[in-house]
Parts: sequence; C-alpha cells; structure tokens
Amino acid sequence: MTAKQLSVFIENRQGRLGEVLHVLKENGVNILSMSLADTTEYGILRLIVNNPEAGRDVLIEGGFSSIITEVLIIKVPHVAGALQSTLELISDKNVNIEYMYGLSVEEKDASIVMKTNDLAVACDVLRAAGIDTLTSDEIAKL
Amino acid sequence: MIWNKEMECLEAQEKKQLQSDRLVKLVRYIYDNVELYRKRMDEAGVSPEDIKSIDDIVKLPYTTKDDLRDTYPFGLFAAPHSDIVRIHASSGTTGKATVVGYTQNDIDVWSECVARCMTMAGVTKDDIVQVAYGYGLFTGGLGAHYGAEKLGAMVVPMSTGNSKKLTTMMVDFGATAIACTPSYLLHLSEVLRDEGLLDKIKLKSAICGAEPWTEKMHHEIESRLGVSAHDIYGLSEIMGPGVACDCKYHTGLHFCDDHFYPEIIDPKTLTPVADGEVGELVITTLTKEGIPLIRYRTKDLTSITHQRCECGRTSARISRFKGRSDDMLIIRGVNVFPSQVEAALINVEEVTPHYMMIVDRVGNLDTLEIQVEVDAKYYSDEIRGIEKLTKKISGVIQSALGISAKIKLMGPNTLKRSEGKAVHVIDNRKLY
Repeated sequence: MTAKQLSVFIENRQGRLGEVLHVLKENGVNILSMSLADTTEYGILRLIVNNPEAGRDVLIEGGFSSIITEVLIIKVPHVAGALQSTLELISDKNVNIEYMYGLSVEEKDASIVMKTNDLAVACDVLRAAGIDTLTSDEIAKL
Repeated sequence: MIWNKEMECLEAQEKKQLQSDRLVKLVRYIYDNVELYRKRMDEAGVSPEDIKSIDDIVKLPYTTKDDLRDTYPFGLFAAPHSDIVRIHASSGTTGKATVVGYTQNDIDVWSECVARCMTMAGVTKDDIVQVAYGYGLFTGGLGAHYGAEKLGAMVVPMSTGNSKKLTTMMVDFGATAIACTPSYLLHLSEVLRDEGLLDKIKLKSAICGAEPWTEKMHHEIESRLGVSAHDIYGLSEIMGPGVACDCKYHTGLHFCDDHFYPEIIDPKTLTPVADGEVGELVITTLTKEGIPLIRYRTKDLTSITHQRCECGRTSARISRFKGRSDDMLIIRGVNVFPSQVEAALINVEEVTPHYMMIVDRVGNLDTLEIQVEVDAKYYSDEIRGIEKLTKKISGVIQSALGISAKIKLMGPNTLKRSEGKAVHVIDNRKLY
C-alpha cells in the first residue's frame, strides 16, 4: 500500500541540484514528482521515481547521501474538500503529517505524497476508509 | 612607573645570581617531589648536584603539554594537596584538560607579576579596572583580578558575555582600564560606537592578552578608544596572564624573569638559538611550588633580547609572537587543538572521520565552523532529523572545546582529501 521515496541531502552549493539530476538522467531514472525542502545550509530533495532502488544506488555511487523512505501516495479526486476529509481521518487517530507534496499522474485525479509519523496507523485508516493509494509497482508502470 | 624597581631593574650579574640560586633550589625540590622529573633526570644522568648555575639549565629535560596530560590530573604537582589553594585548567590536546595547582605563595607571586604588568600599562591604585576575561577554570579572569587588586585598583569583575552591561558600567563607573582579549576589545569599541558612547568613556589603559594580535589591531584599539594598549602574555601551565607584558615603549614584552626563566630554542633541533633569532619559547618556573615546570615548551614562536629597555627595566624581552610550532588555534581566547575535534567526533556514530575546521574573524569576533561528513545511512528525509543530528554534534563539540561552533553537515566525499598529512584547518584570520 505504500510507495518508496528517494531522498537526497544536498549542501547549498551552486550546481549541486543539477549534479543529482544529471546522475539520475545518465542512469535512466525517471522523475515523476519532486519536492525540495530548503534551509540556509542545505536542502533535502524528495523524489518519486520509476526505480527508487536503482536511483539510490547510482546516487550513492556518485557521492550523494541518498536514502529510501516509505511514504503514502493518496489519490485525491478533483473535488473541493477531498483532501481535507482524508487528512481529518488521519489526524483523528493522532497521526501527524511530516510533509506532503503533489504528484500529477492522472488527468482526472490528483495524487499527494505524504509522510506521517506513524505509517502503520495511517495505512489502517486509509484502508478502512477505502481510499486508494499508489504503490511503487504502480508508479513504475506510469 | 615601575611596580617593583628592585626586581625589575636588577643588574645582569645580580639577576643571574638570583636565577641561579632559584634554579638550584627548584631542581632539588622537583627531584625530591615529582616522580616524573626524578625519572627523567635519572635517565638523562643528571643529578640535582650537577645544577650549579642558571647556565646548567641546558642539562635538564624538556617538559611538554603531553607530560601534563599523561599525568592528569595531579601527577606533576610538587606540593602536597593540603598546600594547594587553587586549581585552574585549560584544554588539553585531546579530551582531557590540563590541570594546574597553586599554593598561596604561587597566588601571591602571580598577583605580583600581574601588578607589574598592569603598572607597565599605566594602571595605578587610582584606576577602575574592568576585568572582562572569563572567570573560572580559565586563568584570565581571576589572574587579572588578583593582580589589579594587589595594585590597589578598584576592580570590576565583569567576566565575559554581556557587552551591553559592560559598556554601560564602563560609562557609569568611569572605568579607566580594561583587561580582556584584543578581539573582544575591538568588538566593544563597535558596541560603544553604535550606542554613541565613545565620547563618554574614560578609558586610558587596555591590557589585552590570551590570544595573538597584530600591530594593526594594536593601532586600531588605540585609535578607536584613545587608550594605551598593552600585550600581556601568559599560559596556565606556567601561571596565567602576567608572565610578560610590554611597557609604554612597546619594544617587546618584559619577562618577569626573576620568577620565569625564558629560553628560545630551535623547535626541530631543540638547541638554543641566539638573541634576536626566532624560535620556540621555553619557560622554567623558578619559584613555583604547586606545579613547577622545568623547560616547558610553550610552542609559541618568538625571539628574545636581553638589552636594557628605555623604561629602565632590565628584564629579558620577547618580541610579538610569530606563530606556533604546533597546530593549536586560539579561538575567542580559548586554546583549541584539531585533535580535540577529532577525538570528539569519533564518539559520534553518525559522522565519518572527515572534518574541516574553518576559522574566521567576522566583525572582530572569531568564528568557528566545523564541516563534517555524515555517514550516508544516517541522513534523514526530514529537516527535523538533520537538525537533530546537527544539534547533537554541536553539543559534543561544545563540551569538548568549551566554545561553540557552527556545525555544517556535508555529503559523503565532499571534503577535500589530502595526500600525505591531512589538512583539517583553514584559518582565514591574519593573526601574526
């Protein structure tokens, strides 16, 4: 039910982001969505890619700090309040959202990538509510 | 003004006799009371009877900071603990501090030496002296404090850390002298300027030490604050501030050489060099009781002259420091060795042994940034995780060095690897 996200630590240095993207391109890793959390000192690049394991391996080989994190990718219909009601289900169970960002894969629905502080409980909640998620296998086929 | 004319203006022959008498007594004292020295002298085949005058000092073994570390905490103390009335400590080369102990007589001698130095800086019993060195284990605060009290001055024990309170009191009290690090005094001059207080101060003397400073900084301090600025030298192993200081002629620092005997050696061959030649300063504590040291290698590079100064003092004078013969850094007046950083980081599981220290001076205050490479598997996808790790490393470094450092996490293999001896320090300050 979960998906794998590729996270890369980037020092704030000119051209560093470009170097990450270059390594991924050279190794045929396709990026479907990304988010960059930035601070004055460094950034954390979070990526949804077609092959996260390969992405991590080539990045580490290329001298980058890269890890894989389990996240939830939830389909959200284009209806006002759709995201809000989903988040309410999660927060009712006292689960916090660490970060989230959008993923545009299908024309009729949007998707959001979300990391919570309690993955198991969040999964249970979504499953019980019949909310669809995208897995890494499904992402790879997009 | 000369505080102790009799001792500070002693003729060469008398000085030599005094130093000789004191050395003979000292060597007997340490041979009888300090195991390490007894062992070293026995190994070198030197007995106390072989030391008849100050010229025989070259027969004696050297002492280093490592000796203090290896005998931590009290191994080199010569006096019984019941006679020790004070402890001070400074950072050692790795982890452990270097601990020194003083008898009441040591404290009295120290106060006397600081009083001499402050007198060289023009301070008298009529002055109000703000002591803005750190009080505590560091020798700066209490050393300057006792010396100024001995002089009979009104002492304001400011310590460090509150510039605003310091400048307010400087104006309100009409302080006429200040003792602090030169970089901090420059910083204070900016605080005073920003608060519009520069024309309200009554400062006339500044006694600055605990870190090296340039001729340029000296002029800067004098012109900004309208003071006579003096360079006071010392190190906790020997005593603290007050080992030497420059008089109003600024032609070198007068050594209190009736208590501390200076030699200059070639740090490579360990043989004495001639007057005027640069080498490592080596000091023997002629009168110390708590922890007397024989031929202590300071690692400070300077030269010496024995010519009489225009001020009338006959004491040996050392020149402004030319650098260090080891890798010790002095940051905000605190001694820092790269090996301390290394030793501290070894205990942090998340980091690799690769680090780089970047020292700079921004607005007259020293800054230290430590770049560390973090093991790839410990990175986090959350800012919070990275911040937690930064905080953890920062805490470890703070407790190891005694000063705070800005920690910058680096990706793997981003720090330059050097072939041969690793370079761990980039010092962008121009201190010598």
